[in-house]
Order: sequence, then C-alpha cells, then structure tokens
Amino acid sequence: MPLRPRTRWTMDRIALAAPAVVLPRHALAAGLADAPMNYVVTHGLQGRAVTPLLWGLGAISVAVVVIISLLVVVGTLRRRAPRMHLPSDGQMPVERPEGGLSWIAIGVGVSTVVLLGMMGWTATTMARIARPPTQPALTIDIRAQQWWWAVRYESGDPTRILDTANEIHIPVGKPVEFKLESRDVIHSFWVPALGGKTDVIPGQTNMAWLQAERPGVYRGQCAEYCGQQHGHMGLVIVAEPPDQFEAWMANQLASAKTADNGPVRAGQDDFVQRCGICHAVRGTLAHGVLGPDLTHLMSRGSIAAATLPNRVAYLSGWIANPQTIKPGARMPTLDISGPELARIRGFLETLK
Amino acid sequence: MAVTGYERVLHVEEQGYSTEHARRLEEMWESKPGLRGFLSSVDHKEIGIRYLVTAFGFLIVGGVEALIMRVQLARPNQALLTPEQYDQLFSMHGITMIFLYALPVLSGFSNYLFPLVLGARDMAFPRLNAYSYWIYLASGIFMYASLVMGLAPNDGWFSYVPYALKAYNPGPNLDFYALGMVFYGISTTVGSVNFVVTFLRMRAPGMSINRVPILTWGTLTASVGNLFAVPSVSLAFLMMWTDRQFGTHFFTQDSGGQPLLWQHLFWMFAHPWVYVVVLPAMGLVSDALPFFCRRPLVGYTVVVLATVTTMVLGFGVWLHHMFATGLPFIALSFFSAASFVITIPSAVAVFAWIATIWTGRPVITTAFLFFAGFIAMFVVGGVSGVMTAAVPVDRQLTDTYFVVAHIHYVLIGINLFAVMGALYVWLPKMTGRLLSERLGRWNFWTVLIGFNLGFFPMHILGLMGMPRRVYTYEADLGWGTLNLVTSAGSFLLAIGILLLLVNIAMSLSNGVPAGDNPWDAPTLEWATPSPPPPYNFPVVPMVASRHPLWEERLGETEAGHSELLRGPLLADGKEALATSGLDAQPEAILKMPEDSYAPFVVTLAMSVGFTGLLLHEWWVAGAGGLGVLAGALVWLWPEASLGQKAEREA
Repeated sequence: MPLRPRTRWTMDRIALAAPAVVLPRHALAAGLADAPMNYVVTHGLQGRAVTPLLWGLGAISVAVVVIISLLVVVGTLRRRAPRMHLPSDGQMPVERPEGGLSWIAIGVGVSTVVLLGMMGWTATTMARIARPPTQPALTIDIRAQQWWWAVRYESGDPTRILDTANEIHIPVGKPVEFKLESRDVIHSFWVPALGGKTDVIPGQTNMAWLQAERPGVYRGQCAEYCGQQHGHMGLVIVAEPPDQFEAWMANQLASAKTADNGPVRAGQDDFVQRCGICHAVRGTLAHGVLGPDLTHLMSRGSIAAATLPNRVAYLSGWIANPQTIKPGARMPTLDISGPELARIRGFLETLK
Repeated sequence: MAVTGYERVLHVEEQGYSTEHARRLEEMWESKPGLRGFLSSVDHKEIGIRYLVTAFGFLIVGGVEALIMRVQLARPNQALLTPEQYDQLFSMHGITMIFLYALPVLSGFSNYLFPLVLGARDMAFPRLNAYSYWIYLASGIFMYASLVMGLAPNDGWFSYVPYALKAYNPGPNLDFYALGMVFYGISTTVGSVNFVVTFLRMRAPGMSINRVPILTWGTLTASVGNLFAVPSVSLAFLMMWTDRQFGTHFFTQDSGGQPLLWQHLFWMFAHPWVYVVVLPAMGLVSDALPFFCRRPLVGYTVVVLATVTTMVLGFGVWLHHMFATGLPFIALSFFSAASFVITIPSAVAVFAWIATIWTGRPVITTAFLFFAGFIAMFVVGGVSGVMTAAVPVDRQLTDTYFVVAHIHYVLIGINLFAVMGALYVWLPKMTGRLLSERLGRWNFWTVLIGFNLGFFPMHILGLMGMPRRVYTYEADLGWGTLNLVTSAGSFLLAIGILLLLVNIAMSLSNGVPAGDNPWDAPTLEWATPSPPPPYNFPVVPMVASRHPLWEERLGETEAGHSELLRGPLLADGKEALATSGLDAQPEAILKMPEDSYAPFVVTLAMSVGFTGLLLHEWWVAGAGGLGVLAGALVWLWPEASLGQKAEREA
C-alpha cells in the first residue's frame, strides 16, 4: 500500500502509543531538538511509515532488555547458594531439578511470535516506502565526490537545467526524485529528517525519493566512509512552499550579475584567474567543474559542504587556508596575497 | 618395523599422577627448557597460553588506539589527530579487535581446553597447532609493521573499494592489510581443521557426541564456519591486491568490474565471522555457568542445535550490511527476514542460561557475575541487531553510532565478558592459582559500569544522527555531551580491564593454590592437577556420562561409571587414541609427533615471502617460497617413530 500524505494510519497511532507508555517520548524528543541530524522526529513523508517502526522496535527492544535483565537479577538473588569456600572441598551439593525446559519453550515461543510480528510490520513498511505516492515533481541529479555534492536540477527544457552544490532546495509536499552518481569512491546520501540513506556507488545510478512535509532547513551528511574529510561532507535540503521555491529557482537560473569595471571587476578577474580552473560562475570566464558551482554563492547558508556558516570571516578563512579547516580537501591552499583575497571576497559577495 | 607391529591390543591399567608410569610419560611429552623448547614446543597447553597472552597483548594495543580516538572525539572540533591519523587508528582498532583479539583469544581457550575436556593427550595435529599460532603472530606483526611506519590501513576493517584501490589510496597501506589478511587466513584455516578433526577423532572412549562439553560444540561450529567463510575473504583480498598492483579489474567500474562485488565477498565472510567470534564464547558460558548454578545446563541438546543453526543461518544474512546499496527491495526482504529469524536460536541459548540460573542454586563468584552480565549485554546487542534487520529502519541506523554501539555490545558483551569470566574459571587450571575474588568484584563492576557508560550513549548518539568514522564533528550538531560521557566511560572500562591484569599478576605471584578442582566442576579437565602435566592424563579416561565428576551425585550412571585413572596406558612413545566420530569407540593408536622447529621455520620463510610480495621484490618472495617448501619437506619427511615408514608384508 503506497503512502498518502495527510492520511492517518491506525498502525501509526498504535505504534506511537506503544512507546509513549514505555518511554517519556516527548521529553526525549525535546532533548533531540538540539540535534539537527536526529531521525526520531522526522518531517518527511517516508517518516510517516518508518519513524513509528523505529519507535516500535525501539520500545520492544527496551522492554526485552528490561525483562531479561530482571530475570537474570531475580533468578540470581532468589535461591542463592551459601558462599562457596575456595578452592572447593567438593562438598557442594549438585542436583538436577525438573522444569527447566519449559523456560526455553515459553521464552522462545513468545520471542518467535514477537519476531514474526516485527517482520510483518517491516515488510508492510517496505511496501509503503518503495515508491513515491505520486509522480515526482522534480528530478535532481546528485554527483557525490570527495568531499562535496554537485547538484543538477534536470529539465526537458535546457534553459531550466540548473547546476549548484551542497544546498538543495525542494518544494514542500511534493515528492522529489534523486539520481545518485559518484565521481570517485562510495558515498551515501542521507538527510535523516526526510528519509533513510541511499549509497552512492561509482558505476551505478541509485535512485532515492524524498518528500518534505513541512518547510524547513534539513541537514544531511555523507554516511559512507569516503576518506579523510568524510566527517565534513555535509549537505542541506531547504524545503520551501512551492511559490518560494519557484522564486529561488528563477534567481538561480540567472547568470551572475557582473561589473564592467571597479574593484568588483578586479575581484572577478582575480577569481577567474586563480579559482576559475576549478569553480564556475556563470556569466564569467570561470568554467571549472572540479569544485562547486559558485554562481549564487551568497544565496547559500553555508560553505565548504555545510562545514562553515556562510559569513564573510569564514569565507575569507576558507579561501585563504582550506587545508587547515579541512585537511586533505581537494581545494589547495593557494598563495593568495591579502589585497587579492580582499578583491576576490568582494567579488564573491556580489554573487547573490 | 612392519605394519602389524602397530596392531596391538590396548593395555588397560590403573595409574595415577605420581607413579613411575606417569614419570615416564612426563619425560616423553615434556618440551625442552629455554628458547629451544619455546620455538619447538607443540604442546597444546603451551600454545593455548601463547594464544591467550598474544590476544590480550593485541587487546591492549587496540584498546589504547580506542582511547586515543575517544580523546579526539570527547569534544567537538578537536585537533589532537589529523584526519589521516584518525583513519589509520580506527582501521587498526577494528582489525586488531576483530581479527587479532576476538578469535585468537577463543582459540587460546579452545587449544588449551580441547584435549583436556575431551580426555586426550594433545590436539589431532600438534605441529599444525604450533604453526597456526606462529602464523597468527607473524601476520599480526606484519599488519602492525604498517602502523609503526605511519602507513597503516586507512579504509577500515571493511576496506570498501574503490577507496581501497590505488587511484585513491596510492601508498602501501592497503597492501599491508590485503597481504596480511591472506597470511592470517592460513592460520585460521589450519587452526579450524585442527579443531574439527580433534573434536571428531580425539574424544576419550565413551564420550559420545552427546556427552562433549558445549564449548567444543561452539568451537567446532565456528571452525566449520571458518572453513567456508575464510576462502571468500582470502580471495577478495587477493583480488584487491592484484587490482592494486597488476591492474586487474575485479572491482573497478570503468573496465567491467564491480565495486559491490567487494562488499558481497567481504560480508559473505565477515557476517559469519561475527558468529565465529561469539559461538565459542557462548560455549564457554554454557559450560561454566552450570558450575556455579550447581546443576547441569538446561537443554543441552537444544543449545547445541541452536549453536549449529545460528552458524548455518549466519551464512544467509550478509546482505543486511548492504541494505542501503540500492539493491531491490525484493532481495532485501529475504535477508531482512533471515536476520529476524537468526534471533530465534540465540533466544534458545538465552532462555537456557536463564532457566539454568532459575532452577539452580547460584553461587555468586566473579566468574558468575561476568556470565550474568554477559547474558544482559548479549540481549542488548541482540535487540539492537534486530532493529537493524528492519530494512527501512536500518537505512536510518546504518553507518551511525547506533551500529557502533551494537557491534561493541556484541563483541565486548558476548566475547570479552565471556572471556573475562572464563579467565576467572580456567586460569587457575592453567597457573595452579586462584584469582582474587575481592579484586574480581572491583574488576567486574568497573567493567560493567565503564562499558555501559561508554557504549550505551552511543545508541542515542546514533539516533541523534552521528555518522561513524568521522574524525571530528561540529558543535552545533548537539553530539558533544554524550561524546564526553562516552569517552569517560571508555576510560573507566580501560581501568576495569587493567584491574583484571593486576589480579592476574597478583595471582601469579602469590595467589591461593587452586587444587585440582576449585569449583567442584563436572568435566574432565578438573580431574587433572593444576596446571596439568604435559601428558594431561596418565591413562586415557573412559567416559560414561556427560558429567564424569558429578555423575554419582546426579545419578547419571545408567551407562556405567566413568573411569578416570583406569584406562589404556598408551606409553609406547608419544601416543594418543583415535576414536569413532559419533560413539567414540577406540579405533586406532595415534603416534604423536615430537616437538619440531619446522612450524616456526616455515612461518619465518612465509613471512619473508609475504614481505617480498609487499615490497615487489620478487626474488625475496621466491626465496621465501623456497624456504616454505624446504621447511615443509623437513616437517613432512616420513619418520619411523610416527609409524610413517612401516613396511607392508607381502
């Protein structure tokens, strides 16, 4: 049965009620609000099916651990033998009381029923998230590489194909399809609040779909070890109401506004010369594809694959010395003079 | 001598440990003193202790690596380690604990205990036994040589391609690992063969297959598992090495290779391996827990069947490490179901232990506490494993700290807790001295609290989205507090393990003498002195029940009485008795080999060979190969004393 947004499922309610008895769910949820990568409270359509399963299995697990631990502790203390004299004098009694096997029969019987229930729940959940409920509104190509995400919005209309990086905007309430490819090693595409992981494996194109149920900025991160800067390979999904998304799209499709002279122009020339081999800014001569497209850099909330906030001080630091911030990153520390840095930064700040 | 010279009727007699006969046996079986004995001994007890000591050495090294990582991760944005150093440390930590500690420590117990609990004088292949230890040590040193040079493997113990291939990993780091694993696989393979044959053919007369201690079932099952699993990983690492060095394309996507092929080959080995490093430990607990519950284990037969079932099913779940790789749901659902079902045999074991405690009269010793803690930790690791069996949930949990928590509850909970309990039980047999119970309590509680403080919060960190294998993290992700708690807990755990070592050291210097049977336990090893003499038993014992030392008290005498000091003498040179596979009826007298330098020499030559391969010095590799050949010739040269030169009469 495929997922439908805004449908209440009896199973969801049962599942959410069960852990609420065992765990102080809301207290925990509040504590996790400070952890933007958590997936115990999710905001995607897939989460409607998956998150209750997570809570349900978690609650059963906690219950099993508590029951078994109690059985061990109570069983130990119940008919304790007197302290053994060590080394033993061989006088301790040994006996073979009856009744032990019924423990195994009952324990394994109950476990099996619970396991079969969990299996069934898992299978129905898989059926529900296998495909998006409606035709995807958008297809986005992701090219993962050490250690950032190249993003391309597909379109039948060549003028509406958009290249950007690390920050993905999507419309709320619509399924979005992701085509995942790798340019080097294996990565894994993961935005916990919206859905589970899908590995990005060279030589094959994996598909994933996500649908945000409410507007928000959702952090993601590479989840498959991919080398030195695996820990700093973040991404962000910004889910917006459709009209805001369209406005964002229109702005992104435009080329950068360039100046013909003045300090910004000088900065642009420096940028093309020093950075244009790797980076592209549409509307200039910088056409590099090795690094992220920077055409609308200032519209993004973060830089360096969601590692630093996009503020002037961080931007300067990153340009001047990326190898201190992300040792091993593909962006080299160039020998850029102070004035040159100031000019390049001045140019980048115009890329709204 | 003619063949018929070896055909004789067994001479049955009553003989104790302090007779002239025993003195003669001692002379025959004893290793030479000093370095010569050290390098040539084939005594399973000597080898078992070496396995234990070496494995604990690696445990300490791997533990120190973990502590360094925990300092780095204690706070956000720390720079104690560079990313590359962190990657090498987490890789070596995994390799060390999984390969160089977890199985070898169990092999240590099994080597020491197999002949003793089975009533034999040695393992079936004593020289092969020495060889498997030397290879283990040599391959461990081989892999660690890389860390000393700062060129350790940096792609985790799982070494996913293509990051492990030359294009992304040009240094020799992964060559050390690939060749080291092929090398190490030899040790595991020959060790496994030895356990299987010893189990099937070296049991005392009358010890039918339903009377053997469960620890031998655990090790048998794991060893058979190894014989099927290790070829997969040896092949995979060989293919990786040729991809790296000779431009083959098994795993490179550009030329028709498949990166996912690596993951299949690796997990086809590595998931069964998880059972390989826990089943023998579960066997140790199944045997020793009843000592302290003053009753036999509940459900011997179902526990044995559950052990075997676990291993068989263990070969059908490898894909649950690959739920996020984009394979179709229809394939994943089969492996998901299998991963749920594999819990059932584990439940059998858990309820058997609980029933043994409930229907017994527990004597609370340190060992008992470790076993009780083991059951609880087993269940924590078990249920978190069940959660990852659910595909949609696993696609959130996988590669987060939740799985780090899970694997540590499995490996520390099921392996290390069992091992520490087993040390309290069997170390007195090995050294003749008890460990302090008082210090033991401190040891247990520090380990239990430190472990749970260190690893339980990792579940929550995982749910908070912290990915594995990150060398640092940003403060605004909210992971700082729990990481600090985790780091503190890991240091407490380290102190707990240190207390164990202190206890062992104090026991060695002035522990209370253990006597033959300090726990009043039922199995054959407790009928020998502590430590047992080199020949183990003055006569081959004859067994009539599952609990030879308890049979009178339990009334287990329907098949007669076990005879521990009356049996075949077997003193015409180093001899042992081979018995039939199921009923343990005597079938042949085995001529056992003398101590030999050959296993050590072959290992040295092999180390030279692998080093040559690593350095691309083909003539060195060739010389090593010739050395192996020469050593093997010496090793296998027919000897009259082994009955290998008899003439057949016309």
